[in-house]
Amino acid sequence: MTIGVFGGAGLTDRGGPAQPLLTVTGLVKHFPVAKGFGGPKKVVRAVDGVDFSVVKGETLGIVGESGCGKSTTARLVMGLMPHDRGEMLFDGEVIGGTQLSLRAFRRQAQMVFQDSYSSLNPRMTVEGSVAFAPQVHGLSAKAAVAKARDLLARVGLEPTRFAGRYPHELSGGQRQRVNIARALALEPRLVVLDEAVSALDKSVEAQVLNLLLDLKAEFDLTYVFISHDLNVVRFICDRVMVMYLGRVAEIGPADTVLGAPSHPYTGALLSSMPSLDPDRRTEVAPLAGDPPNPIDPPTGCRFHPRCALAEPVCAAEEPPLASLADDHRVACLARQPGSGHSLAPASERIAA
Amino acid sequence: MSAPLRTLPIAGEPIGARAAPPVAIPPVARSRGYWGGVAAKLVRDPVAMAALAVILAIVLVALLSPWFTPADPYRGAMLRRLRPIGTPNYPLGSDELGRDMLSRLMVGARLSLFMGVTPVVLAFAIGSAIGIVAGYVGGWLNTVLMRTIDVFFAFPSVLLAIALSGALGAGIFNSIVSLTCVFVPQIARVAESVTTQIRNRDYVDAARLSGASALTIVRVQVLGNVLGPIFVYATSLISVSMILASGLSFLGLGVRPPEPEWGLMLNTLRTAIYVNPAVAALPGLCIFVTSISFNLFSDGLRTAMEVKE
Amino acid sequence: MTSPAPAVAVSGLTVTFGGKVRAVDGVDLVLQRGQTIALIGESGSGKSVTLRAIMRLNPEKRTAIGGSIRVAGRDVMQLTRRELAAFRGREVAMIFQEPLLALDPVYTVGRQITEAIREHERVSEAEARARALALFERVRIPSPERRLDAYPHEMSGGMRQRAMIALALACRPQVLLADEPTTALDATVQIQILLLLRDLQRDLGLSIVFVTHDLGAAVEVADRIAVMYAGRIVEEGSARQLVRTPHHPYTIGLLRSRAEGALAKGSRLETIPGGPPDLANREPGCPFRPRCFLAEARCVDDPPVVAIEPGHRAACWRTDDAARIGREAAAVVVPV
Repeated sequence: MTIGVFGGAGLTDRGGPAQPLLTVTGLVKHFPVAKGFGGPKKVVRAVDGVDFSVVKGETLGIVGESGCGKSTTARLVMGLMPHDRGEMLFDGEVIGGTQLSLRAFRRQAQMVFQDSYSSLNPRMTVEGSVAFAPQVHGLSAKAAVAKARDLLARVGLEPTRFAGRYPHELSGGQRQRVNIARALALEPRLVVLDEAVSALDKSVEAQVLNLLLDLKAEFDLTYVFISHDLNVVRFICDRVMVMYLGRVAEIGPADTVLGAPSHPYTGALLSSMPSLDPDRRTEVAPLAGDPPNPIDPPTGCRFHPRCALAEPVCAAEEPPLASLADDHRVACLARQPGSGHSLAPASERIAA
Repeated sequence: MSAPLRTLPIAGEPIGARAAPPVAIPPVARSRGYWGGVAAKLVRDPVAMAALAVILAIVLVALLSPWFTPADPYRGAMLRRLRPIGTPNYPLGSDELGRDMLSRLMVGARLSLFMGVTPVVLAFAIGSAIGIVAGYVGGWLNTVLMRTIDVFFAFPSVLLAIALSGALGAGIFNSIVSLTCVFVPQIARVAESVTTQIRNRDYVDAARLSGASALTIVRVQVLGNVLGPIFVYATSLISVSMILASGLSFLGLGVRPPEPEWGLMLNTLRTAIYVNPAVAALPGLCIFVTSISFNLFSDGLRTAMEVKE
Repeated sequence: MTSPAPAVAVSGLTVTFGGKVRAVDGVDLVLQRGQTIALIGESGSGKSVTLRAIMRLNPEKRTAIGGSIRVAGRDVMQLTRRELAAFRGREVAMIFQEPLLALDPVYTVGRQITEAIREHERVSEAEARARALALFERVRIPSPERRLDAYPHEMSGGMRQRAMIALALACRPQVLLADEPTTALDATVQIQILLLLRDLQRDLGLSIVFVTHDLGAAVEVADRIAVMYAGRIVEEGSARQLVRTPHHPYTIGLLRSRAEGALAKGSRLETIPGGPPDLANREPGCPFRPRCFLAEARCVDDPPVVAIEPGHRAACWRTDDAARIGREAAAVVVPV
């Protein structure tokens, strides 16, 4: 591999392994909704106060239904749209601040999109798409192409066969491999995968997931993996963040969150997964109705209108994202000592 | 576009800290690319090909006419006015001053084509630039540019062309300027909507993530995808432009006598419509055939350019 | 009287596009009345084309169909254009992945349903409206009276899907064809729709052909599952037979490539190598051969369809070897 093309000061680890690679605090993004004359000005609260961090070398999964703000969060982190409030640190430095310009940040963080077709320029050959970013960063055309071919070979696309092809001549899985190669072309430290395998067939999905695992080990990558498929998330992620209507419902180790969920919403998501066992088919849908609209989120806990554990206090009070165990935080009054919820544990003992 | 990347084969070079042994990169299989595919589809479209043949024939006639006209298009003969089609020495008859129609139509193609195509070419350049900037930058700049452009849409294009021409004064140059002004808003609007669409594609976001400047992104990623549709739209405007240019000449605002131009010829022959309708209709027929050919060709081009998603 | 004809009986179905691409290559399929069968497979496996062929929805000009299709005893291939129009909706109805494409944006959903009813039956406006309301209750749309007067874009994704199902049921068809109706939905909504389809099958005696690429959705909704690969059914059986004792290497591969089956976090997933074959240049023999872990010399000949148990068949030369491996794979992914 031609690693280290862009090597040099500024791209290496700064804060050491203990410092999170990415820290997001109080992230807010509201979209104005066009309304008729005179009506009250409404906003879509797409992301409404989100805190999380991504540890170096881990894979953080973000799960949730449409409208929960997971993709918006990804785009805000990548600076593809401006955020309204909040702070984002990359290895201890403010993204877009004086120490770390947006351009310098993007050299270390890249993104793979869901739609493999729309994320490739239809008029460009595959190697042209992969070589674009290195050329932008000063590599000669020749060197960029050589690098592109290296990367294509690395993601399993034989350059002599595929480098000169156009996106429409490739299958969905092959296109997604190209997108992954392009994301790696600047040798990033963080890769955000926004539903990157969701549109693929199951057998192709497995191939691409394996590839992602191999690349992570080979290039010391950190992943943020956005998906709605909890099986895949549980397989590939170290930690999981569950989002609901623009807020974090639960965050913690994947096995804890998806194995023994503490937030009722996480539980509902899990039991909504179709069963593979014909003798244990789902008999009652865990949740009724559709995910509500983030324009007028419910008061208090946003999940309370659909929640089986809801009590009057849930409509009145917004649950904070409180620590349940070391690395496990939940925004649910029923899990929070002294919250006034009848199921809340006693103040002294914190449920493990 | 990716042109600089096509210099193949490329010798491998030692890159970065780790010096790799120089390995020759084998040439890769190359497909014919987007435009190759469009061309292949286009040649299989009989209507578009026929239209293209007509256009090429007319262009050829226009280019060669100074040397090949059967008679002097400017020399009249008072005794041989308004001869019918098929008269010896006057295969297409003669006009109200006894000039040979065939020769005048052939030479007239030069000015008619020039006045039809030039405004569209100019408007293509100016309108695309405005539309792409408005579409890519978006925000308030888009609002200012596009609302300004909308003002022009308040007037029917014929009225606008006449008004502008009238204000600027008669003449070929002024006609072209006024026709360009008519088409710039139309092309800009198409360019803006196409660019806005492309701008929201993920590959443009990916290019932004690469740290490229807006100019580089527009040049490498956007331009190739928006110029095609704008070009198709522009070719469809050529017929409108020819008709408007003829109209201006007809009204005496464009080409001046005795220069032959189809629109002007139509004007001067209109008095002969009762005497010799076939001859009087000939310039109109030329305008009709040329403009419909441009239209059919642009239709074919649009069909051929539809990318399978 | 003999026993009633099956709801759908397809035999030797071939569908060829543009004279070259053989998308369906000899499909035999029987759906008994009141049953649900799931066709599962990946893109290009021919599952949707098979489904559309039952209603003759594939573009007539470019498509050559061979074999026979009978729905409730009627030969679909022999229907005239007029009979076909009456047949669609009245006897067989279809629901799609994207309801916005099936619903007309300029009419309210209620009006579309009443018109569909009045198109096929001579009933009064009021009666049709009453039936539409009953249908909305049937598919469990909350406040149905109000929702009948809503336009498709005013409804949420799950509601639209329910409205489309109501529209499909407007003329009391016996057979419902479902083309990935839950793929685009959120998980919590998907399970609701799957359960709804199960209820409809039970309560109305509906026969359903359910096309999906998701084995989980198939297990939730279907009595029987047919696995398609490259235009053929490679294995068919009851959901239990298929998931517990798969006998075809492709079915086994599908089970093993699921993330649930991974032995440990970070371990690699089992994959099916390579990609699907080129349907325009088919080679004789088993189409799965180039990707199969059991492939051997005789696989260049068309594999026999082996009857494993009553109602369970697989098209493979090595079903015995496959069965052993399949049992192990199934035990990992779907522990008893």
